Amino acid sequence: MTENAHLETDGLAVDHHFENADQQYQSAKLGMWVFLATEILFFGGLFVAYSVYRLNHPEVFIFGHHFLDKSLGALNTVILICSSLTAAWAVRAAQLKQIRMLKGMLLLTMLFAFGFLGVKAVEYNSKWKHGLLWAREYHPHVDHEEASEILITKEDFETGAVEGVVEDVTALQKVGDGVLAETETVLIEEAPAAAPAAEANRSTIAPAAEGPPGLATQGTEESSEKVIEVEPANAQTFFSIYFLMTGLHGIHVLGGIGAFMWLYLSARRGYFSTGHFTRVDMVALYWHVVDLIWIYLFLLLYLIE
Amino acid sequence: MTDATTVLTGDGQPAGPGQRDSYLNHGKGVLSWLFTLDHKRIGIMYLAVILASFFLGGVFAMFIRTELLTPGQTIMTADTYNKMFTLHGAVMIFLFIIPGIPATLGNFVLPLMLGAKDVALPRLNLASFWLWLIGASVAVASIIIGAVDTGWTFYTPYSTTTGTAVVAMTLGAFILGFSSIFTGLNFIVTIHKMRPEGMTWFRMPLFLWGIYSTAIIQVLATPVLGITLLLLIAERTLGVGIFDPALGGDPVLYQHFFWFYSHPAVYIMILPAMAIMSEVISVFSGKHIFGYRFIAWSSIAIALLSFLVWGHHMFTSGQSSLTNMIFSALTFSVAIPSAVKVFNWLATMYKGSIRLAAPMLYALSFLFLFAIGGLTGLFLGSLSTDIHLHDTYFVVAHFHYVMFGGTVIAFLAGIHYWWPKIFGRMYSERWAQVSALLIFVGFNLTFFTQFVMGSHGMPRRYYNYLERFTAYHQASTVGSFILMIGFLIMAGYLLHSLVRGERAPANPWGGATLEWETASPPPYFNFEHEMQAGDPYDLDALSWDPSIKGYVRRDPSSVLAAPRGAD
Ligand SMILES: [Cu+2]
Repeated sequence: MTENAHLETDGLAVDHHFENADQQYQSAKLGMWVFLATEILFFGGLFVAYSVYRLNHPEVFIFGHHFLDKSLGALNTVILICSSLTAAWAVRAAQLKQIRMLKGMLLLTMLFAFGFLGVKAVEYNSKWKHGLLWAREYHPHVDHEEASEILITKEDFETGAVEGVVEDVTALQKVGDGVLAETETVLIEEAPAAAPAAEANRSTIAPAAEGPPGLATQGTEESSEKVIEVEPANAQTFFSIYFLMTGLHGIHVLGGIGAFMWLYLSARRGYFSTGHFTRVDMVALYWHVVDLIWIYLFLLLYLIE
Repeated sequence: MTDATTVLTGDGQPAGPGQRDSYLNHGKGVLSWLFTLDHKRIGIMYLAVILASFFLGGVFAMFIRTELLTPGQTIMTADTYNKMFTLHGAVMIFLFIIPGIPATLGNFVLPLMLGAKDVALPRLNLASFWLWLIGASVAVASIIIGAVDTGWTFYTPYSTTTGTAVVAMTLGAFILGFSSIFTGLNFIVTIHKMRPEGMTWFRMPLFLWGIYSTAIIQVLATPVLGITLLLLIAERTLGVGIFDPALGGDPVLYQHFFWFYSHPAVYIMILPAMAIMSEVISVFSGKHIFGYRFIAWSSIAIALLSFLVWGHHMFTSGQSSLTNMIFSALTFSVAIPSAVKVFNWLATMYKGSIRLAAPMLYALSFLFLFAIGGLTGLFLGSLSTDIHLHDTYFVVAHFHYVMFGGTVIAFLAGIHYWWPKIFGRMYSERWAQVSALLIFVGFNLTFFTQFVMGSHGMPRRYYNYLERFTAYHQASTVGSFILMIGFLIMAGYLLHSLVRGERAPANPWGGATLEWETASPPPYFNFEHEMQAGDPYDLDALSWDPSIKGYVRRDPSSVLAAPRGAD
């Protein structure tokens, strides 16, 4: 790559303080890598905050992640990986002065980026509708029209409880075809039996299993069935962290879109016809890191076991 | 860079009869400064705003010391006092001392030492300055909205509950952090990619090693402060709870985050100071620097070790004793590279012909004060003594000896050393000596007394105190006034020098680094010729020329690069 770049930068116009185009390219590249290191450390702080809270309160995360839609998360992961591919392709096109290809790839990358934000908007909107927001704004409520209450019966516990409640819920989720993501409350029959059973399984159920007031009143038709909320204390923190992390990542995606737009306009002005490709290369590097951070967010927020 | 080509032809040529082209007269008007990409002008602008911040922080300090003249209320209420010490700390740390040396002297001198025309990323350099301005404005605005009273560390839970403008102040610090990151990033790239012919890593002036190590910390630690302050803002505005025990969070986690940045930040402050020392001590001892490689490596060692010791700020926070022991041991290890530097400077001075000019006076002050500041750090790094000394004036005295006695004094050494290069004028040597002496005496009177009262149990940040501490507090306040007079005298003779000072030769001190090879003040493009570097401490290559009252190179061609073909 470096040798390649060296050849291709020969004879390009340079800023006055550089000796040659290669020095200029190498400086930009090193600068970008250092900047990306700071980005990693920036998010690194968030990941540490996440880890510490999760270590202290695993139940909050295990409870909360059920409300994230894995398939939408996976879709977004695929979208971003595709956009990384098109971004890399754009760099190649710029190096080869294939301006039409470059413009196409830049447009495609932006399209993917907007697609990502669109999916994210759908997810945010669903959280908004159900009051599954950060901290003080966390006021979960069941939307009776679309939510379904998932009942875990005593039999479920007897047969499958050994694997823990979450597995049961996941199994049910498969059956229910993703309905769970729309649901806040997981209702369990036979409280006295359920609680110890859950505990025995190094529980996914919080020690302090009291939900916020107003939540625990979701009754079922049969009065003999007792209902417990498995919502742990401070369940809202999961959503706080979710919004902080994905929000900050989203701002980076917006920044990336801005940068690709700038590249596209430069391409239309003919800037890249001269063989300059440093800018495309730098923005693509940034974009790959934004993608990489998303993959970690997907793993840490959506795919919790 | 369109303006670049127009100047290239006139590079080095006199701009008019009797007036040489220099970066100072190269463009006219405020805008030619505010939007300049010239590292020298950016350095000067940084110098102006940073000295203004120093003045502001100094005013707060004088209010604090005056209030503490007597027990109980002297001139302000307890609430105002809390705000004063917070603002003093926040302004001095975030606005003055962190950007202090790198952004001013670093910006000005670094490309010159490299024989380069500019830093690698001039636009980023300007952006960094503007970010500083924006961040500083937001931080200063917080004083008007509701001056913060948390102490400069913004510890939770108080910082999330107090009614003062914590968000504005921390947002300011957040933006200032990016300014610092971009400066550091720029210097890393510049040193990596723009060294001249002949300048291998181990032939770099040690100033560059110091700035380089600083830049590594700026780049690696500051983002963590950024996210910490962002989390604090989220905690305060949204009530997230990561730092709130009532919501399952951990307030000590905030302290870990904060000190993961702020301990390395201490080395962002002191490493550039050490960098200046290596230059000044060699030049004013008339000797080649002793132990070059040791000084260079110790800078890197300090930068790396600085990331491993943050826990020593939390010895009394209920950390496990194993954690405490590990952090304590690691803290001691930082003393090794610091001592390596001091011994090498002393060895450089040994049998040298020492000239007690103003920069050297400050360098000697530095050695004395930094030694005290550094060694008292070991008292605080030891678990048993720290329990006693924690949160007393002993801590206050310790970090003022390091930050003021170390960094500020070295900054003054650097200012006096490069002043002729920067402005092309000499200052009054006699007045410089007077103010150096006043500052030394005033400083020790102010802060040595604080060691004593701290070890007697006077807690820091207290508004009121017991009768028996009165004498110490009054001595300390008197010292601070002497200190202030010293600084006022300095302001006087430096301003006088700007207007009336004698014209400075290119090389007034006999330094062998490349910045002395160009005119004072340097032309817009820094050098008339392509430069090549030799040994930066080969002082014998220079000789005194009485006709220009400056030093000249015996063989000027030794630093000129062989002419290139097509450019
Ligand atoms: Cu520390």
